[in-house]
Amino acid sequence: MPKLIAFTVNGQPRSVEADDDTPLLTVLRNALSLRAARFGCGHEQCGACTVLVDGEPVYSCTRAVGTIAGRAVTTLEGLGTAEAPHPLQEAILAEQAGQCGYCLSGIIVSAKALLDRAPSPSRAEIAAALDPHLCRCGAHNRILRAVERAAAALRAGTAA
Amino acid sequence: MIRNTLPASLIDHPRLDQWIAFEPGGTVRLSTGKVEIGQGVLTALAQIAAEELDVAPERLRVRSGETGRTPNEGYTAGSLSIEVSGGSIRLVCADVRARFLDAAAAGLACEAGELSVADGRILRDGQETGLDYWALAGRVDLAREVRDTVVPKHPDAYRLVGRSAPRLDLPAKVFGAPFIHDLAPEGLLHARALHRPWRDARLARFDEAAARRAAGGQIDILREGDLLVLVAADEAALAAAAASARETAVWEGGEPPDAGLNEASALEGLPAADRIVDPGERPPDEPARTVVARYSKPFLAHGSIGPSCALALFADGRLTVWTHSQGVDPLHRSLALALGLDEAAIAVVHRQGAGCYGHNGADDAAFDAAFVAMRRPGRTIRVQWSREDEMSWSPFGTAMLIDLSAGLDHDGRPVGWTIIITSPPHGQRPGANGGVNLLGALALPEPLSNPVPLDLPDGRGGGATRNAVALYDGPQRVVHRFIERLPVRTSSMRGLGAFGNVFAIESFVDELAAAAGQDPVAYRLSLLSDARARTVIETAAAMSGWSADDAIGAGRGKGLAFSRYKNRAAYLALVAEVEVDEEVRLHKVWCAVDGGLVINPDGAVNQVEGGIVQAASWTLKEQVRFADGRVATATWADYPILRFSEVPEIEVRLVGSPHEPPLGMGEVAQGPTAAAIANAVARALGLRLRDLPLTRERLLATMLAEG
Repeated sequence: MPKLIAFTVNGQPRSVEADDDTPLLTVLRNALSLRAARFGCGHEQCGACTVLVDGEPVYSCTRAVGTIAGRAVTTLEGLGTAEAPHPLQEAILAEQAGQCGYCLSGIIVSAKALLDRAPSPSRAEIAAALDPHLCRCGAHNRILRAVERAAAALRAGTAA
Repeated sequence: MIRNTLPASLIDHPRLDQWIAFEPGGTVRLSTGKVEIGQGVLTALAQIAAEELDVAPERLRVRSGETGRTPNEGYTAGSLSIEVSGGSIRLVCADVRARFLDAAAAGLACEAGELSVADGRILRDGQETGLDYWALAGRVDLAREVRDTVVPKHPDAYRLVGRSAPRLDLPAKVFGAPFIHDLAPEGLLHARALHRPWRDARLARFDEAAARRAAGGQIDILREGDLLVLVAADEAALAAAAASARETAVWEGGEPPDAGLNEASALEGLPAADRIVDPGERPPDEPARTVVARYSKPFLAHGSIGPSCALALFADGRLTVWTHSQGVDPLHRSLALALGLDEAAIAVVHRQGAGCYGHNGADDAAFDAAFVAMRRPGRTIRVQWSREDEMSWSPFGTAMLIDLSAGLDHDGRPVGWTIIITSPPHGQRPGANGGVNLLGALALPEPLSNPVPLDLPDGRGGGATRNAVALYDGPQRVVHRFIERLPVRTSSMRGLGAFGNVFAIESFVDELAAAAGQDPVAYRLSLLSDARARTVIETAAAMSGWSADDAIGAGRGKGLAFSRYKNRAAYLALVAEVEVDEEVRLHKVWCAVDGGLVINPDGAVNQVEGGIVQAASWTLKEQVRFADGRVATATWADYPILRFSEVPEIEVRLVGSPHEPPLGMGEVAQGPTAAAIANAVARALGLRLRDLPLTRERLLATMLAEG
């Protein structure tokens, strides 16, 4: 039976009426109109649906919304906007690190979780952190460079 | 006076206003039939228009892929968009600019030659005239045909073309929700079809009650013939019901595919019609020796990260379909035929999907949505396939067998080649053979005829025969053994036959070089007279620090491969470096490309890098498998692709001249990547692997066989 489930999304308190086992992705996209997290596989295999829950990357395609009650969800929309972009978004654009772009929102939020815990990751550490994410167009190297660029920008910002 | 050869799109759509309009607010509307499929084409086309019109690129608004509103340019395919649509836009914009200058000159009582354009403003001898395109728009009739005498800009005068421009579509993908999957009009209904798992399968039964229970709420079930579609307002409920129906469906008839199709060698036993593509000349002398080898590639999946999606609305007798199809106009015609609707009552509108690498499920999903929309008028119907749907129902890139033999003279030079390609079709798009070729339409009770598939004609670059002729010296006999029908659907996938053919030919050239006792780079150069071909090979070899003295069998090695895509588009050579122990690890790729004039260099490099990564994934990992009448590789767990930690470092250098016409580059890397990796593996191991993919299992099997 649907019930009221309350959590925060991108810093805002939200509540939705949903079955406990409805996927978080469906709630975000349909009930909350936050459509940057994408459906890719529904099996935790491609990473297109990745969002942060309490700062950790999770697959929202299989995550039951009932388990999110009281937690903090961050989606790509919560990182930045065209007017006030997050350094990762700026870096993706600076490196032209995308082709179709379908995988990017999941990758960007995963990269944010990485940089939050490891401000100076090596290329290999970035690759390992992004290995759960599939990109079919082959923009990998540009994405890796973009994450390095964003890391440098964030470190410079912190130091300033 | 030099007359331009008009590109096909311009012959079909010669009127200037079909391409360009000056709109209020100082913007320019550019219309093109080509669509964005992740390759950045709209950015490059806007650059061309801005260049010829002399306006800032920010003024361009691109309308793309809308039936009746944009030129019908067929499919966005074959690496032809820059040549055909770009070539058209270049001439149209040059003509538009000239007509505005004539109108301005008439008003100013001066010669058009005294005038120039700066960001849309008309200048006379460098001074402002107060006139601009928008002020003059009412005085210039663009409902005129392009003049074939128009003189576009000389490349030396380019300020925008040839300089890297950021992708127009990327910001929306980094901040928001720009995909067809993200459209969510009020009152939406979700729908999901159950398609036939193999050709001619009949839906005997499914457990309707179980599907309704799985939905846990209201669900609408449509069944016509062998097409079953479920419809619900709640997407999660629909997904559960569709999964249940898929599980309980029982299919009969036809020929279910099984594991026998997993290996390309299965093609050998199938009925085929032989066609002599090139009879070749009879070699003048008996060869001193003959080298023979068979290569193969398996079935491959498109594997777009986003599944196929479409929306449709039937209201007031009109059907509107939103699709990420590669060709809104061909789809439009097939939908009209399949639905029995007048073409004038249908609009097909392109919206961006996830990356598209050929004929995927987009058109079929569009039919699914249209089929439901016709039966539930007034509501927008949204179809989004599941991952399993995508991996099972999208057409496959077909398996191929390529048999090569060549006679060598006493100096090791080929005196004659024979190339025999065994392949099912590479082109079964909507309309390709006069059939509608839409999965759902063919499952209806009285389907339209389903004509025998045809492969793409050689004149259009060929399907199985794409890059079948090697560019090296020596007469070549080319035969296509065409397998018409398989239980599974095969169609166009990035590079079509070029992937398998270039893999085979370029692997074989290394084998010939070895037989001749020569370095493979020097051997290639000795057989090639085309200067542009030689340049890309020499450049890639130099970039990689190629040495003829590298040890063979040392566990690490470099391999080179070359091709000119379709033997008439861009030239590319690349060197791959691998390390091989239990499996192949691809470390680095050095690549040189000559695509003539490159509109957006960074965009082109991005495409080539992506092509290399994707082809490396095909080469090292990918193989569609079948079991018991279904696709056994329906999730990423069963169909692994290259991941971040496995992607090689890549260096791409553009070596073409801006004074040469632009040549398509989007598919040029596919075949050479496979062959360069295989050649590198052969050097690293001293063993030749001729069957893709180059997995751990294949390595072990080859090592065992060669003892």
